[in-house]
Amino acid sequence: MNKMDETVSFRTGSVDMTHGGGGRAMAELIRDLFHRHLSNPILDQGHDAALFGVPAGRLVLSTDGHVISPLFFPGGDIGSLAVHGTMNDVAMAGARPLYLTAGFILEEGFPLADLERIVMSMARAADEAGVPIVTGDTKVVEKGKGDGVFITTTGLGVVPDGVHIAAEKARPGQAILLSGSIGDHGVAILSSRENLEFETVIRSDSAALHTLVADMIHEVPGISVLRDPTRGGLAATLNEIARAAGTGMLLDEAAIPVKPDVAAACELLGLDPLYVANEGKLICLCEAADAERLLAVMRRHPHGADAALIGEVVEDDNALVRMRTGFGGQRVVDWLAGEQLPRIC
Amino acid sequence: MKYVDEFRDRDLAATLAKAIRKEADPARHYYLMEFCGGHTHAIFRYGVQDLMPDNVTFVHGPGCPVCVLPVRRLDDAVELAERHNVILCTYGDMMRVPGTKQRSLIRAKADGADVRMIYSTADALKIARDNPDREVVFFAIGFETTTPPTAVAIRQAEAEGLSNFSVFCNHVLTPAAIGHVLGSPDPRDLEKVRIDGFLGPSHVSAVIGSKPYEAGAELYRKPVVIAGFEPLDVMQSVLMLIRQINEGRYEVENQYTRVVTREGNRKAQDLVASVLELRREFEWRGLGSVPDSGLKIRERYAAFDAEKKFEVSAKVSREVKSCECPAILRGAKKPTDCKLFGTVCTPESPMGSCMVSSEGACAAYWSYGRFRTPAKAEEAVA
Repeated sequence: MNKMDETVSFRTGSVDMTHGGGGRAMAELIRDLFHRHLSNPILDQGHDAALFGVPAGRLVLSTDGHVISPLFFPGGDIGSLAVHGTMNDVAMAGARPLYLTAGFILEEGFPLADLERIVMSMARAADEAGVPIVTGDTKVVEKGKGDGVFITTTGLGVVPDGVHIAAEKARPGQAILLSGSIGDHGVAILSSRENLEFETVIRSDSAALHTLVADMIHEVPGISVLRDPTRGGLAATLNEIARAAGTGMLLDEAAIPVKPDVAAACELLGLDPLYVANEGKLICLCEAADAERLLAVMRRHPHGADAALIGEVVEDDNALVRMRTGFGGQRVVDWLAGEQLPRIC
Repeated sequence: MKYVDEFRDRDLAATLAKAIRKEADPARHYYLMEFCGGHTHAIFRYGVQDLMPDNVTFVHGPGCPVCVLPVRRLDDAVELAERHNVILCTYGDMMRVPGTKQRSLIRAKADGADVRMIYSTADALKIARDNPDREVVFFAIGFETTTPPTAVAIRQAEAEGLSNFSVFCNHVLTPAAIGHVLGSPDPRDLEKVRIDGFLGPSHVSAVIGSKPYEAGAELYRKPVVIAGFEPLDVMQSVLMLIRQINEGRYEVENQYTRVVTREGNRKAQDLVASVLELRREFEWRGLGSVPDSGLKIRERYAAFDAEKKFEVSAKVSREVKSCECPAILRGAKKPTDCKLFGTVCTPESPMGSCMVSSEGACAAYWSYGRFRTPAKAEEAVA
């Protein structure tokens, strides 16, 4: 057996500078890890660039950098998240995702066993979604200059004819639909950070939503807006749409699904679930007359089982998102300044 | 959520709202100060004001621990983190409060200082254990509610021999501040601050009981109701206050009977007293120097006192001119009276502490309540 045939030791090894050096170590890592797990006809061409034909129609392209601590959390890891996150950004344009690319920045000393776990998780997520990772890149940075691993993924998709989805299309009178409970991802991440040691079974909702979107568009091609409420949660996403369209929104707090354990964790930590991140939920704005039909379609899909009508678009020159509280009053649901910080007492 | 949703029940709220409307005398106005930022937060978050008749006004008090900390003390904390190369542990709210020249802990962290956000004093102890070759300082702020954990941390550090752990103590006391608001009003506020009664913070009273308010209520003839933090608690407490006012009573009543007793938690009080003692005076943002209103670490535990361990201060601390936080904290002005509000001062770039904490009156107005006064906010921008 010559030297090139030896496999990288995934059980005991760790990333070192040679893995990014362009030499034999890098070639082995690419062969034994990335190609082995992510194999598909386009990637297997082995070129620096993926070569493929594209279908007719409008294309969408989206890129997303993934940095997360911890790398592994209940319900997913940075690998599955990097696949789902970008795929969802493509899907929110109403597109069918076609291909993904992945760029890795690895920190020297990062265990190869963890890296393999992450790549396998990406492979699984891409496979389940039916969207191959067709090209990639690896760089290594010195110890202390990264946080284990950063992954940037880019997604390419095609938008079906007749579908025009954009935040500016929000109009007063439209219905606001939400595909399920909010806050699961953010609370799952928080609960697995070491300084919290918060025992819980809350799992991240990280999931690819493109098949749900396809079902929805099939039923109602005239959907106005689709968004996935990730960072900043439901509140930030609705505010972005309101600002883009110059309309207000009026939500009904009682209609917004929040799982009891997520609500309890937020209560304890002094967080508001409206601002907590999701990775497997979408918001949909549609004509009020289409709302019931869309809800029925969403509820038939596993990622939309708890879909709900949570409010309506209203006229408001200040583009404020307001909410009728479950208590019977009303409040503004504002942007967050930065990260949500827990209160002191 | 069991045991929580019961206190946020819409139908009960409607019933209480009706009772308040019936009790409130339409011929007069009721100005009720919610001392604590937690109440301010609850009032806005649940839309409690919407359920009140027009003649009931909430006056926001100085009970936001982040808001009342004077810039000088924050500057000291920043200096500890920057100059003394310590690991500074702080509760999250404190991170973005601007000090002199807008310097905050989050800025210091971005520039390389080791500032860590923690959820409890136990986290700070753990950091001290894990970093035996570094000095770890816990930035202790808060009212009586947060004093027992600080006391426990210091005793624990001593028991474990954690000589690299110390506390920068900024704890303040509620009854002294309420007494100060009533007894030594700022001359600028005369005729401006009107308070008919107080909603007392129940988490504070879970520790100190309701008794410490009795002398003040009697002296200043103002009723106090120790109020829970759930929205129904707030509404029931409002009803109790209005009844007292209508009947000419000025007693300390306890709405939060499910936790608070007249005597409070003796064990916690003894624990705090064993580690912390009264400062002769402590400076409050907005209130100025208030006698017997702060706590410091007893001489016996001097080894864990960051103020003794490190040399800080000597700089000139400055607040932003024309920031009305002080008057807002005294209840003399509303956030919308400040010309910085919503113009140069927003949660994204806060000029004063009241805009930072979600318990601060300005942040609460901005985040939850500004649609009530959109015309005013726009006027200021123009």
